[in-house]
Amino acid sequence: MSADRERKAAKIRHLLETEGDAVFENTTHVNAGRYETNGHRDDIDELRTEARAIKEDAIERLPELIETVRESVEANGGEVYVAEDAADANRYITEVAESKDAHTLAKSKSMTTEEIDVNDALESAGVDVTETDLGEFVVQVADEAPSHLVGPAFHKSTADIATLFNAHFDTDEPLETAEDLTQFARDHVGEKIMDADVGMTGANFVFAESGTIALVTNEGNARKCVVTPDTHVAVAGVEKLVPSVDDFPPFAELIARAAGGQDIATYLSLVSPPVDSPVVDFDEPDEPLDGSTDDREFHLVLLDNGRIEMREDDELRETLNCIRCGACANSCANFQHVGGHAFGGETYTGGIATGWETGVHGIDAAAEFNDLCTGCSRCVDACPVKIDIPWINTVVRDRINRGTDREFDWLVEGLTPDADPGGVDLQKRLFGNFGTLAKFGSATAPVSNWLADWVSLRAVMERVAGVDRRRDLPEFRRETLVDWFASCEPLATAGDADREAVLYPDTYTNYVLVDRGKAAVRTLEALGVDVSVVPSHESGRAPLSQGMIATARENAERVADGLNPHLDAGRDVVVVEPSDLAAFRREYGRLLDGERAQRIAANSYEVMEYVYGLLENGADADVLAGGGNVAYHSHCQQRTLGVDQYTEAVFERLGYDVVTSDVECCGMAGSFGYKSEYYELSVDVGETLADQFEEQNVDRRRLVASGASCHEQLGSLLPQDSTHPVELVAPTIERGPRTR
Amino acid sequence: MRTDTIDRFAASLSGADASCTRVEAAGLPDALDDVVEQPAVGVPLGIDGVSLEDTDVEMRPTPRLLRESETGVTRVHGIVDYGTFVIQADEAGTEPVSLYPTTHLGVVCASDLHESVEETASWLGEEFDEGRDSAVLATGASATADMGELVSGVHGPQRVHAVVLTDR
Repeated sequence: MSADRERKAAKIRHLLETEGDAVFENTTHVNAGRYETNGHRDDIDELRTEARAIKEDAIERLPELIETVRESVEANGGEVYVAEDAADANRYITEVAESKDAHTLAKSKSMTTEEIDVNDALESAGVDVTETDLGEFVVQVADEAPSHLVGPAFHKSTADIATLFNAHFDTDEPLETAEDLTQFARDHVGEKIMDADVGMTGANFVFAESGTIALVTNEGNARKCVVTPDTHVAVAGVEKLVPSVDDFPPFAELIARAAGGQDIATYLSLVSPPVDSPVVDFDEPDEPLDGSTDDREFHLVLLDNGRIEMREDDELRETLNCIRCGACANSCANFQHVGGHAFGGETYTGGIATGWETGVHGIDAAAEFNDLCTGCSRCVDACPVKIDIPWINTVVRDRINRGTDREFDWLVEGLTPDADPGGVDLQKRLFGNFGTLAKFGSATAPVSNWLADWVSLRAVMERVAGVDRRRDLPEFRRETLVDWFASCEPLATAGDADREAVLYPDTYTNYVLVDRGKAAVRTLEALGVDVSVVPSHESGRAPLSQGMIATARENAERVADGLNPHLDAGRDVVVVEPSDLAAFRREYGRLLDGERAQRIAANSYEVMEYVYGLLENGADADVLAGGGNVAYHSHCQQRTLGVDQYTEAVFERLGYDVVTSDVECCGMAGSFGYKSEYYELSVDVGETLADQFEEQNVDRRRLVASGASCHEQLGSLLPQDSTHPVELVAPTIERGPRTR
Repeated sequence: MRTDTIDRFAASLSGADASCTRVEAAGLPDALDDVVEQPAVGVPLGIDGVSLEDTDVEMRPTPRLLRESETGVTRVHGIVDYGTFVIQADEAGTEPVSLYPTTHLGVVCASDLHESVEETASWLGEEFDEGRDSAVLATGASATADMGELVSGVHGPQRVHAVVLTDR
């Protein structure tokens, strides 16, 4: 393994051991809560659409909203300062503190202030800063970085925090339980708030027309920071601007569900500072509040720090919709296992961090962790403002590939089978060209498979290309699906129904897992479909997952060209591998021109979805194989497309008894689990799935998985083999050899 | 109709671990005697024909009273869907009185109950236009899971109690 890969692997290994358990418990708990509370309403998608439209419009109108909020805050009696960068913001904030002769500042949770390291700037200016959100307080005491956008101390267990506090504070009795710790921290921090000269908050939203800021908390610390001292400084990214306070309802409904699995946050403050509430001066304990004559002061610091440039960037602009709920982290299998200290940059964590870090700290900050996004797409459904987070990760990966200057790039470019530039890392290039590799592997099988088992070659592959030797490589089949299809006769029933379909021979189904392709053909023909299988290009999924967008686009164009005559002829496109269907339905919209992409998306079906449709339209279910006990793991991208339900419905129709997994992803995620620096994380993620199945006595059931990589992962973790759902339901009747 | 609204508000409050007492306006002082844990601090409610002057609630809040009181009494509006209090900030100190003491007791007129967040927003929009432009939507007790388990009673109140004035 190369030194850099070994360094990454060692860091991940360390975090899996030290922080993994706490992160897993915390993130999976709130992730389950999100599913549950979203289930309390049937209009979540409408709310997401509404929230997204409000944010998009606000970003479009940003310059105008900055002027509006300046006027409204000034009319309320406050000040607005637009800070160009971190240094500019910190200078302004420390000047405010100095002008008030402030020695103490109480601060509520704010990632934007983490971004500018305001605590360091204030401490240098002699101001004592206390984080009042208890999670932030833990991180401040530990002198660590937050590991999560919403739960900064998600990486610490109760016992970890007890050890930290007992070592750091002189308490009468050692602290032990969560209740002890909460009470102690609340009292300690509470004193600091009462003593504070300045209160600082972030802002979840800034409503321009009335100069109102929204603060979402459960603890009540932000309320106290706003109301207690006479001076309030709020720091927010410019992207937090939204036109009017009338816009708050969809966000109020969504943010706490997405962030913490609550129907609504405990406190949603909508304050238009300086607030009318009297200053609470604990140095004058017996002075009635209503007699308070103290003047309040309010400063809204709006931070640019790269955001205006992000707004001009057609791909990174998407990031500015983010409302920092952390749902992309909680719904991410990799994040759940390793946490934000690996899956995060200088400030931000989780899937969306790639966009933020690139925009505010520069692409190098994102490069370190960007590969931890496997494109599984589970965050796409989780995001309350419908951000295509995997796409942001793909785009940034592509830019990282392009930004790397390597010697002899010109030479590499001439020799590679793809359309991407020479800077692409060899590991990425290898996996990105899996389609070409598989074609070669199949043509030279079984020699290619013997070579793959050859220990010395595996050592070289690991050293040079970072392909972990602990993984079995896919075994290529000499006879491809396309060859087999051409070599035999259709079943007699083919064409009985009024449907024609072209089965897309994805790389795995054509060259490796050929049996599932054969089963798909037999199943469709038995149900009366006139099926064709024609040679096709790799869909673009493989290069896309490596950030090789130019190659992916080239592949997509070729696939579209190949499918076109079939679409013209009115054929449906049936896809076995969910990740390729996801490319057709999701990413082709970004790779091909609108109409071309739309046509493919609208006419493509996952194979079991198609079977479901045939049965619903009167096809005879009795020709399929039914009955038995099944343990089914659906594929991550298949779930995001919402098509996993059809497999389950077909199983039910055919009388199978089914148990399912509910993990977000198997952890293999295409090439991810093969990469030597991520092998251990991949196995850790996969073990959660294996454990779940073992608890359900999977050894007494047929193990079924829709995705090729899920199949590989399950095969490496459980003693039994898995099959594709269509192999289970396929009729036993075989196609006969071609007679003419 | 109104009884039904109050029933649903009470059910939502209970879901948010908050309790509810229903009383006619004239009965408020007696009801407070029953449910208020002393010492208590409050601010004028601004509800016709209702006064806290004859109760044990201390009506001129000071920082010391905020710190030492068991209960803070203020007027609130309510959101039926979630059992939420809408606390409007004012110069008398409604915001700190509802925030610092261990228990927040919100007095809510039945006619101040709004069905949903959406409905609340259109009412609040008008309030903002009138200059009453700071409000907190508070649902249940303050809480945190930052120490590894959910614990109630952090910076905000540990207990929340609603007194609904059924004839107002």
